[in-house]
Amino acid sequence: MEEMVTVFLLGKKYSVPATLTIMDAMEYAGHKLIRGVGCRSGFCGACAVIYRIKGKNEIKVCLSCQTKVEEGMCVGRIESFPINKRTFNIEEIKADDNIVGQLYPEIYGCVGCNACTKGCPQGLNVMQYIAMAQRGEYEKAAHASFDCVGCNICASRCPAQISHSAVGLLCRRLTGKYIAPKCEHLATRVAEIENGDYEILLDKLKKMPLDEIKDLYNKREIEK
Amino acid sequence: MSAFTEDMLKSMANVERTRASRMGATIERFSAEEKEELLKEFHPDYSEKGFKVLEVGPNKGEKVPVELAALLEGKSIVADAKIDLEKIDYDVDVLIIGAGGAGAAAAIEAKKAGANVMIVTKLRMGDANTMMAEGGIQAADKANDSPAQHYLDAFGGGHYKNIPELLEQLVVNGPLAIDWLSKLGVMFDKEADGTMVTTHGGGTSRKRMHACADYSGAEIMRVVRDEVVNLGVPVLEFSPAVELLKDETGRIAGAILLDYDSQEFQVVKAKTVIMATGGAGRLHYQGFPTSNHYGATADGLIMAYRAGAPLIYADAIQYHPTGVAYPAQIYGALVTEKVRSIGAQLVNSDGEIFMHPLETRDVAAASIIRECKARGKGVKALDGVALWLDTPLIEMLHGEGTIAKRIPGMLRMYLKFGIDIRKEPILIFPTLHYQNGGILIDSKAESKLPGLFVAGEAVGGIHGTNRLMGNSLLDIIVFGRIAGTEAAKAAKEISVGKLNMDHVAAFEAELKAAGIAEGESSPKLLPVYTHGREAR
Repeated sequence: MEEMVTVFLLGKKYSVPATLTIMDAMEYAGHKLIRGVGCRSGFCGACAVIYRIKGKNEIKVCLSCQTKVEEGMCVGRIESFPINKRTFNIEEIKADDNIVGQLYPEIYGCVGCNACTKGCPQGLNVMQYIAMAQRGEYEKAAHASFDCVGCNICASRCPAQISHSAVGLLCRRLTGKYIAPKCEHLATRVAEIENGDYEILLDKLKKMPLDEIKDLYNKREIEK
Repeated sequence: MSAFTEDMLKSMANVERTRASRMGATIERFSAEEKEELLKEFHPDYSEKGFKVLEVGPNKGEKVPVELAALLEGKSIVADAKIDLEKIDYDVDVLIIGAGGAGAAAAIEAKKAGANVMIVTKLRMGDANTMMAEGGIQAADKANDSPAQHYLDAFGGGHYKNIPELLEQLVVNGPLAIDWLSKLGVMFDKEADGTMVTTHGGGTSRKRMHACADYSGAEIMRVVRDEVVNLGVPVLEFSPAVELLKDETGRIAGAILLDYDSQEFQVVKAKTVIMATGGAGRLHYQGFPTSNHYGATADGLIMAYRAGAPLIYADAIQYHPTGVAYPAQIYGALVTEKVRSIGAQLVNSDGEIFMHPLETRDVAAASIIRECKARGKGVKALDGVALWLDTPLIEMLHGEGTIAKRIPGMLRMYLKFGIDIRKEPILIFPTLHYQNGGILIDSKAESKLPGLFVAGEAVGGIHGTNRLMGNSLLDIIVFGRIAGTEAAKAAKEISVGKLNMDHVAAFEAELKAAGIAEGESSPKLLPVYTHGREAR
């Protein structure tokens, strides 16, 4: 006999198999999900939920596709938590001038409560990367926020009303475009392609008889 | 307490016992003849009962998976609806259907070309297979490599079935795509001097796999999505397109949307349409689990086919060799090929290595199925059998900390369920991963239907009948950009006439004439899961 647990999904009591995730339990209960569901693998951040165990005071937050049901779980949903993303022209901004602080001045209102970090289903040190952004250490903030899936649980917990995922994303885009070292071999190859250097070679391959190209493929040297 | 069962642990002991002797051991790759035999006997694409021959439409007489056939020959969602096509809800230059990597890349280029562009999508922007692509993106940008070498790898890997003009676009635009993404701010893995960190993928002859840790697709998706928002492109979410529209000249001229909240249909008039609806994993061909996102139900193929666009290689499905076979919560999810790229070996229940870890995906999947089903060397897992992927080997080869640095997503995914892949190997089995085929396009990303452009996984022909790892993240960017540019350009020359969807009724009449009973409602839009509720 399969082990069952009692859960309360959006207020209603159900008995569901203990092996299910919260998302699966919703479907087991009969919900046909349109909102609060996406990749079902923990990458997209669509399925943030909030819960507490019946009778206990502690509030918990998690991704419903990545979390197993527990006995007494009372689950509510917080998908599509609104954040305040600022728009910018990536070509015009620079990685200095305190650009992140200018676009997101509320980061200086951080009260250090660390609720963001405690809520992060990815285990990121969210408060720390916000502090890095405050100090203009964008590359550090970029790496510290790299695994963010944008579920915005952090923002839902923040008394300073910070849009953490947007701050992290801006730091990463600044790092990718301006701070990371430029790639010379890429620039060289782009120039060659724009110069048409590979046209003749590719044309030859495109027209090559099947037997000949098969032979070429099967005998090609493979880099160690 | 281990997360594995006792039987699994017994087999795992074999893996541990042989690990040291396997370290650094090499095993010959299969010969061309061995590969062919393996595929014929063990690849699901060769199963007869998994396919049906189409009886109507542009690909009449060709076989496709039965689950796809049921939708292609199904009943249009709008068949019984009264829709006033004179009442236009949205009037745009370029309509993009789908908001994954291809749709977003197309939107950026179309907007930059001056078009009035709108994106519509079934779920949210970024709910797409792009977001889940872990391993990387190919591009021939190093000195020992060239677009020609990339062409050769992809052509052989694709069983010489790739359409040469499309493959040429893919490889020649590869380095340009990496450059474009870098300039948008994508953080590729680099050495201190700016050199790209690149690795092999199955079937590559040069190390040309670029990555952003193992969040490659997610990193690309969140950057292009952010850029779409910055450019002010309107995105209509939770509003799937359900049929295409034409005008009296026969050009594609818009689409019907289903508003998920009101359940009402809406009319979009557009000068050109870009179909970027992605793959089909959630149709669960032959009952396989899938690594795909929740909305991967081939909607674009259905709509385009009904409007008269031919498909190509719709019978060629990619099973990713290493899907999660255990534990149940992540069953079917992807274990990125990068795990093998950086040294993990595939090992059977006796602890033996039985194939080179970097065979192409179709060959690797067939080889795993043979090892389990024909040779009885699988490990029992959930409802089926599985094999070991020996991850601790990675850190024996490359040092402690390698797993956290190179495949942090994998480490985290398993840790949540009590498995530390640095210390314990994991159980895998092939999972439904990619639709190699799709809608036929030309080198300007236009389908056989004037006004209908296609990009991303909905396209067929670029990869032949087997795509190499890292070539799909590349194709969504390359062909997304081409489709956006070309659709915007074409839109400048066009004025749309009176809208109609006569093709829907005509297709229905064809189905009747062929004696096909009223089928299931299509497109499918979303799968239905009940997790065994009925059995209780």
